[in-house]
Amino acid sequence: MPIYNLKINGQSHSVEADQETPLLWVLRDHLNMVGTKFGCGIGQCGACTIHLDGSATRSCLLQVSMVENMEITTIEGLSEDASHPVQQAWKEVDVPQCGYCQAGQMMSAAAFLEENNNPSRLEIRDAMSGNICRCAAYNRIEKAVELAASKINQTS
Amino acid sequence: MKNIVSPSFSRRSFIKTSSLAGGGLLIGFNLFQACKPEAAPPVDISKLNFNDFNAFIKIADNGIVTIFSPNPEIGQGVKTAMPMLIAEELDVLWDNVHVAQGELDTENFTRQVAGGSQSIRLGWEPLRQTGATARQMLVNAAAAKWGVEASECTTKEGFIFNANGDKLGYGEVVKEAAALKVPENVKLKDPKDFTIIGQDINNVDIDKIVAGKPLYGMDYKEEGMLYASVLRPPAFGKKLDSFDDTEAKKVAGVQSIVKFGDKIAVLAKDTWTAMKGKKALKANWISDETLESTEDHDKKLIELLDGKDFDTMRSDGDIKKAFEDVDQVIERTYESPFLPHNCMEPMNFFADVTDEKVRLVGPIQTPERTAGAVAELLERDLKDVSVEMTRMGGGFGRRLYGDFALEAAEISKVAKKPVKVVYSREDDMSAGIYRPAIKYRISASIKEGKITGYHLKEASINSNMYGLIPNFFPAGAIENYQVDVASYQSKITTGAWRAPYTNFLSFAEQSFFDELAEILEVDRIQLRLDLLQKVKGTTDERIQYSPERLENVIKVAVEKSGWGNSKEGVFQGFSAYYCHNTHVAEVADVVLENEMPVVKKVTCVVDCGIVVNPLGAKNQIEGGIIDGVGHAMYGNFSFKDGEPKDKNFNSYRLIRINETPVVETHFIESDVAPTGLGEPTLPPAGAAVSNAIKAAKGIRLYKQPFIENMKKEKAPLG
Repeated sequence: MPIYNLKINGQSHSVEADQETPLLWVLRDHLNMVGTKFGCGIGQCGACTIHLDGSATRSCLLQVSMVENMEITTIEGLSEDASHPVQQAWKEVDVPQCGYCQAGQMMSAAAFLEENNNPSRLEIRDAMSGNICRCAAYNRIEKAVELAASKINQTS
Repeated sequence: MKNIVSPSFSRRSFIKTSSLAGGGLLIGFNLFQACKPEAAPPVDISKLNFNDFNAFIKIADNGIVTIFSPNPEIGQGVKTAMPMLIAEELDVLWDNVHVAQGELDTENFTRQVAGGSQSIRLGWEPLRQTGATARQMLVNAAAAKWGVEASECTTKEGFIFNANGDKLGYGEVVKEAAALKVPENVKLKDPKDFTIIGQDINNVDIDKIVAGKPLYGMDYKEEGMLYASVLRPPAFGKKLDSFDDTEAKKVAGVQSIVKFGDKIAVLAKDTWTAMKGKKALKANWISDETLESTEDHDKKLIELLDGKDFDTMRSDGDIKKAFEDVDQVIERTYESPFLPHNCMEPMNFFADVTDEKVRLVGPIQTPERTAGAVAELLERDLKDVSVEMTRMGGGFGRRLYGDFALEAAEISKVAKKPVKVVYSREDDMSAGIYRPAIKYRISASIKEGKITGYHLKEASINSNMYGLIPNFFPAGAIENYQVDVASYQSKITTGAWRAPYTNFLSFAEQSFFDELAEILEVDRIQLRLDLLQKVKGTTDERIQYSPERLENVIKVAVEKSGWGNSKEGVFQGFSAYYCHNTHVAEVADVVLENEMPVVKKVTCVVDCGIVVNPLGAKNQIEGGIIDGVGHAMYGNFSFKDGEPKDKNFNSYRLIRINETPVVETHFIESDVAPTGLGEPTLPPAGAAVSNAIKAAKGIRLYKQPFIENMKKEKAPLG
């Protein structure tokens, strides 16, 4: 099987895998980075959201052979110590219930706030609509994205 | 005369202590049954024995308290709320309390959890008793050290004080406390003195969740473990005839293929390869029976409702007579589809079956039952089987069933390897244990403008409502009242789904009362309040809802929601319900966008007794309501020839954030024992929305999901 060189959270990793293997499973099974979650496998639920060169992307649809030499960021690398404004906001608002989808939610929120750090509620709801939370902690996700935006604005 | 030992509540048999080798006091306790006489907490903190104790409290000599709770979290927040009860009575600062998951214990043990929104209700007394007992031991130790009476000492935030102004930290007396007798009959705090209960406390696992640390069954792995992807019969009623694994074996990385029963597992060193191997399997399926479709179920259930073959669950007065002596009979039928649970974390389980033992690890709500089922399946001694629970990525009832754990055990036994079964979303949605499709027919007899009789008939797939459900409102409020049930036996597997039965029954009844009010031309709130008056002072012990508490949540909801004074273009719908020991009223605000209803807001009033953790409680309430709204609006699951039509989120619709109402929660202030919140806010949500849709569009909905069925309905003329 071919070997791929991946740049994940600023570190290089070489992985031997079938070229079709989705990045999701490379992260989870080959590299033991299990923060990125499997939910649907068809890009519909957003649990597997990572950043690819800074853009929120569904890692379940991303073949490992396509992402060499690109900057991959996962929830483990969003910050070193869970200090990213989005992570801080998620804690303050106490968003999670079961918590399973939240890494994907936070990765979507972080990428969205990079593009728009002063979003309206409507823009937040639109931007986050690709991520399903089965526990329906949606009111808090909305609040947490808003809070994260204000944190980003305070520091910038 | 023989000495009769009364079975009084003895703390001694529930709590045992030890002095830790590394310093500190360890308290082991059992919540719902006495400890075994020989049980003793270890002196080594790494050897916590959850077989003998439900949980442990460690008080270190620096005063830091650690609660070792073996119960992982399913999402309802009990892993935070239950330790709060202990910490309150122990009288410590919450900031000095750590909650730790019990260390993975490879020895044989099985843990217990409560379900059905009952954890806090059942744990309320024993958990506080435990905290209070531990506090008393520390006080007794300090009093002895000072040479004063324990009754003269007080505690605050982890310190003990005496009348002379002396002060000792809990940590300073742990050694002495460990040597003391466990006190009995300790005094609990007056609720007005609570400092932790009633405060907003963050989820105790929050740091791990936001950092993406491994917590869930899906994240669990062991050295040498193989992942298994299982091909199951594609339809209920089909069996495996033959299969060809030539292509699957050619998939690089596939380790082995295991046939068990009507299923075939493909094993590999990573999940993707196992799934790829499964897709390469070719199987022939046969069926010697008729395969069921949703149209067949609809027909069968209506036949049951039209028929005479019912079991009567409750009967008051004379329903027959009431329906003979009438001015008018109003009869309506309400219909719901099957529903899959769709936990975000698909089903998965680890099993390692060896000649010595059977080790199971994964997300399961019923470890004891699962251990028993695995022991029976593998014909092993129960004491060889251990079940370790992980945090769960949602439950909603699905993880009460251990079918996936049985699969893992069976595959591991054949493969002679540690194996983790992982479901794809398609597997998860098509090998479900679904909320059964149900139809209710409700009839009311009307005489001189009054409801004289109420007849509820349930036709359900596989099983019927149970327990006290037939005694929920309006039982006791109408003189002639009867609940009849019938079921159709299907090959499609069904089971508990968040708020079983009431999740749809509440929609049917609360829609029916709304329509009754319209027909009788009375106020829809007043109609409910008038009925409740008749229940007051009831001596019927089966009636566990409180008419006073239900009346109160209704009145507060009217006030808080601005009922009757909504802005132009905002249409309101009302619903109130009691289940899982909690009283709830909800008002939905609906607007029309492009003629389609959009739920903007739900005002919710909850009487759940004392609110242990408002922050967590509100999360449950918001989630329950949005879940209820989402499934009532969109949840549509049907079968064609035994096979689910939808298998993933591209065609099966779950509510998303842009479709979500804002939930405004109000608690009824209370000093009575708390009740659960995982389920009771879901059932009223559907009727609140449909009653609002009626107000908005003039369309009365009898069938879920609303969006699908609204297309079929026509607005009544005039």
